[in-house]
Amino acid sequence: MIRFIPRERTPVWLTVAVPVGAGLVALLLTSIPLMLAGAPVLEALVLMAKGAAGNGFALAETLTRATPLIFTGLAAAVAFRAKLWNIGAEGQLYAGALATVAVGAGLIEAPAYVLVPLVLIAAALAGAALLLVPVLFKTRFGADEVVVTLLMNFIVLLFVQMMLEGPMKDEMGMGWPQSAPVLDEATLPKLVMGLRLHWGLVLAVLAASGLHVFINRTVWGFRIRAVGENARAARYAGLPVGKAMALVGLISGGLAGLAGASEVAGLKGYLTSDLSPGFGYAGIVVATLANLSPLGVIPSAIFIAGVFVGADSMSRAIGVSNYLADLVVAFSLLSVLVGGLLTRFRIRFVRRETA
Amino acid sequence: MNDTSLPDAAPHDTRPLVLSLSGITKRFGPLTANDHIDLDIRAGEIVALLGENGAGKTTLMSILFGHYVADEGTVHIADADGQLAPLPGGSAEAALKAGIGMVHQHFALAENLTGFENILLGTLPLWSLAPRRGAARSKIERLMAESGLAADLDVPVAQLSVGEQQRIEILKALYRDVRVLILDEPTAVLTPQEADGLAATVRALAGKGLAVIFISHKLHEVLALCERVVVLRGGAKVADRPTAGSNRASLAELMVGRAIPPRERPPSTPGAPILSLRAVDVGAPTQRDRLEGASLEVRMGEIVGIAGVSGNGQGALAALVAGLAGAHAGEVTINGAPVTRADPAARIAARVGRIPEDRHRDGTIGALSVAENYVLETIAAPENQGAGILKRAAIRVRAAQAIAAYDVRCPGPDAAIRALSGGNMQKVVLARVLEREPLLVLAHQPTRGLDIGATTDVHRRLLAARARGAGVLLISEDLDELFALSDRIAVVHAGHLSPAMESEGLDVRTVGLMMAGHAADEAA
Amino acid sequence: MWDAFDILLQANFWAATIRIATPLIFGVLGALLCERAGVLNLGIEGIFVAGAMSGWLAVYLGLPLWGGVLMAALVGALFGLIHGVLTVPLGLSQHVTGIGVTLLATSVAYFGYRVAFPNVGTPPRIEPFPPLDVPVLGDLPFIGTILSQQSAFTVLAFICVGLVAFVLARTPLGLAIRAVGDNPEAVEAQGLSVVGLRIGAVMAGSALMALGGAFLTLSAFNAFYFGMINGRGWVCIALTVFASWRPGKALIGALLFGALDAYQLRLQTITGGAVPSQIFLMLPYIFSIAALVLVARRADYPRALMKPYFKGQR
Repeated sequence: MIRFIPRERTPVWLTVAVPVGAGLVALLLTSIPLMLAGAPVLEALVLMAKGAAGNGFALAETLTRATPLIFTGLAAAVAFRAKLWNIGAEGQLYAGALATVAVGAGLIEAPAYVLVPLVLIAAALAGAALLLVPVLFKTRFGADEVVVTLLMNFIVLLFVQMMLEGPMKDEMGMGWPQSAPVLDEATLPKLVMGLRLHWGLVLAVLAASGLHVFINRTVWGFRIRAVGENARAARYAGLPVGKAMALVGLISGGLAGLAGASEVAGLKGYLTSDLSPGFGYAGIVVATLANLSPLGVIPSAIFIAGVFVGADSMSRAIGVSNYLADLVVAFSLLSVLVGGLLTRFRIRFVRRETA
Repeated sequence: MNDTSLPDAAPHDTRPLVLSLSGITKRFGPLTANDHIDLDIRAGEIVALLGENGAGKTTLMSILFGHYVADEGTVHIADADGQLAPLPGGSAEAALKAGIGMVHQHFALAENLTGFENILLGTLPLWSLAPRRGAARSKIERLMAESGLAADLDVPVAQLSVGEQQRIEILKALYRDVRVLILDEPTAVLTPQEADGLAATVRALAGKGLAVIFISHKLHEVLALCERVVVLRGGAKVADRPTAGSNRASLAELMVGRAIPPRERPPSTPGAPILSLRAVDVGAPTQRDRLEGASLEVRMGEIVGIAGVSGNGQGALAALVAGLAGAHAGEVTINGAPVTRADPAARIAARVGRIPEDRHRDGTIGALSVAENYVLETIAAPENQGAGILKRAAIRVRAAQAIAAYDVRCPGPDAAIRALSGGNMQKVVLARVLEREPLLVLAHQPTRGLDIGATTDVHRRLLAARARGAGVLLISEDLDELFALSDRIAVVHAGHLSPAMESEGLDVRTVGLMMAGHAADEAA
Repeated sequence: MWDAFDILLQANFWAATIRIATPLIFGVLGALLCERAGVLNLGIEGIFVAGAMSGWLAVYLGLPLWGGVLMAALVGALFGLIHGVLTVPLGLSQHVTGIGVTLLATSVAYFGYRVAFPNVGTPPRIEPFPPLDVPVLGDLPFIGTILSQQSAFTVLAFICVGLVAFVLARTPLGLAIRAVGDNPEAVEAQGLSVVGLRIGAVMAGSALMALGGAFLTLSAFNAFYFGMINGRGWVCIALTVFASWRPGKALIGALLFGALDAYQLRLQTITGGAVPSQIFLMLPYIFSIAALVLVARRADYPRALMKPYFKGQR
């Protein structure tokens, strides 16, 4: 029989060991399907590691891929802290991307120091506005935000496709459903010449640090934590529960919107309807791996990004499907959930005796 | 271990043994919840199990019912032929099969099912197709006729009154042909009159040979109903004697382990009204817990007690004062200023200190630290923040001071509050509420679930607030507590609040009758 | 504008309604079974994918069609077991675990498909369930047309509605499932296993969800495509609230949804491109959200839904 004994405090080393262990367990679990697929397990895993961080280029590619994941991971982390189950970061990302193109692809002509902030603000607002709808449905009508945000992902993607085939279609795009490119003044500059790494990463790290301070050091951060842990008691104590929820919605949606801006203005330059290979959903994994800590989101996003980049490179080398990355991600999520029990409880195995 | 550990009734008793516990010991870490407890129970016997909270009653019954496994000791129970056989531990199913039935204080009923379905639950093989409802039905109806337990079997349990729900619970046990019935604080939710009805039923059942274990801390009930009383204290059995020859004072002393000091309530000099209700309606007419045309005045420097069976309107009254609900009709003023909307923050600003009924769900936020819970209501005050940034060092210092002043036993201000015991948690709530020197204190069941020490502390604090000049509205189901603390007492029944009566010279029986719905003049 | 009304009179429209509704019937039944026992199963979307893929693959590899159905159910039950073990005895967040199960089931299905068919452009096909051949009724003009476009798999969906309704309402097992979703303590006090009941219900519900996926590859279509589930699972979660956890209403909700979807598909051809097709494609999702918002306030959620239960803790 297993007994869970609640811990009064979690040792610091465990908060690091659990996600790291979960990642390792996930890789271990992934070797089962690899074996079943008849692939060379060890070689595949080594190739993945090399592909993710084997050299400067690989590392830069991983960091590039981590950038949107930091944003969506933060979006999930702040929302889940308040028990707002925002599973709609994917849609909010596209809303942000759409706003980026709408503002940055010729609507306004301005120098970069005006246009870049403008584009970022527009993207954040678009993402925030999108999440405000399910938050209102939740607080006003009691409609479960999980289903609403999930379904809105599909609506937004259809909307993006509609815009790309219609009003926002690039005249120069040779018939492809893609948007006009953002202006040079709206583009996030590259960090290093010759690499795809861009200033979005710096913004993402700044956002993580800012969110860390906000959650832990400010009055509103305190209120959000209180509402998330026990909304009833927060209401009893006179805390503005509805406002705190709305604020969380704005922040979470805004961060997801920034992920879209960063991808369009920093990496792709224009919008297509396959901009995100599920960054929104992967953000949930990133946040959970980070135990919803904003600073923890950075390493966990890098890990998940490394899995994707490594799997791509491994797949090219030995022909094992890169869906392997999704397997690692899924296993990571479930492992860290189970591992999280270790941080909250002492696990005791007791023999079940008969009295 | 103690002077009275021998069951002196046993040698003369010819009734067959149905249950025998010997040497039951259960430890939780350093705490010994049950310390070598022996207990024999005979058919047809009504045995009281007395003890303060934390004395080990619940643990012992949980072992008997298979929720816990004892570290040492054995449980034997008579089988159908009357032969004692060991009961395997840790299985509710085995306990049920062996004929042990338990009615929990918090009912174990599925509220979306009817009473009939609740009784049937678990009595048929899961994979059988068509339950034999007819046979079951007639058996239940026979049991109802024999025991006098009446309840509507065909509506969802959620629609039944508390008394009816309890009868369904007892029927559940009887339907399984139990030989031992454990009643855990069965009268806590009943009016005195309903409790009398229950007592009659229990006597009738015992007359048919059922052994009953009656867990209570209400001494007068125990004395009236039970033939033998077993007292636990600190996990050990300290007495096992016939009720005859015992009295309330001696039993109370056994439970507590020391003579209870009489509570001192110095005379008060009430000042201006701090809370005033005039013909107030709270809650929809369809709600059970509502107020209709309630009028009440609480003055500074007095404690006004509200008596009543839970769910008769004291929840609505508490919600109104706490700011969770507003009044539909009538006038409410706090410190002379009219109050209309439901707004907890406004009540806090009006210097109302609120001690909620449920400290886990309403009073504290388990995952936050003691310090954070301490400043929960005042987080926006200038001493806790500047320009939206928390003054964390200052908060910790003041929380540490409060921990010392209120004697909160905890690892420190940064410990998560959920790791604290109920009593220490309540001390943090008291510190939060009383340190702000409120003009009006709402104390809703402030000592529920606390041990004697913590209860005494809460009472002392409330009296101190009164001495300081605060008005106190005390809502409690514990009449002893109400009479000990209150200057005046009002009774709430079915949404109607009686005028507040001077507690000096007020008869407990009168209050009991009013709780059951009799008007003050017929009751007196 | 008569064209828009005319749609309702076409047998084809009603045939399509039932075809679109069938996977949702399975899905809503599965979701309500899980939720009646107190467990939200957001693994549904992935379990749909896994059911579609495994059922199809089994038939492709030579199993008979009903063997494929069984295989899908088993695979669904397996993912249900994972969800059940993580959320019931371990008490992990049902939201996040469900998302995890969806990610896992989806990636297992996709990865498995890529392992089986590393380099195929057009998806390989199977011979799907044949249309129903009902004597007498099949010869009727309107009804016959509708029936001729359904398969035995559809009939199974309707049988499952009756079966789930019967089990929940009339059997001791159903009684226990309803009770465990309302108050697990009541179940434990009566000597039943909360963990066993909940895991069992989640496994059975997940098997039903997987059948919803398998219907798509074994009856509605004849191949497995990436992205073919496309939110159908999430729609089922919304419809479950709409159906207030009752099998009969689940059937009505799924049919209503099917009708709307079939109607928008036909309206799309009538408008002939004047309105962007995406607008029509959005309608089912918007309808689901609207249905959820409309009933949310009155919804009578199972009381213990999403509340983990640990033995001996009260």
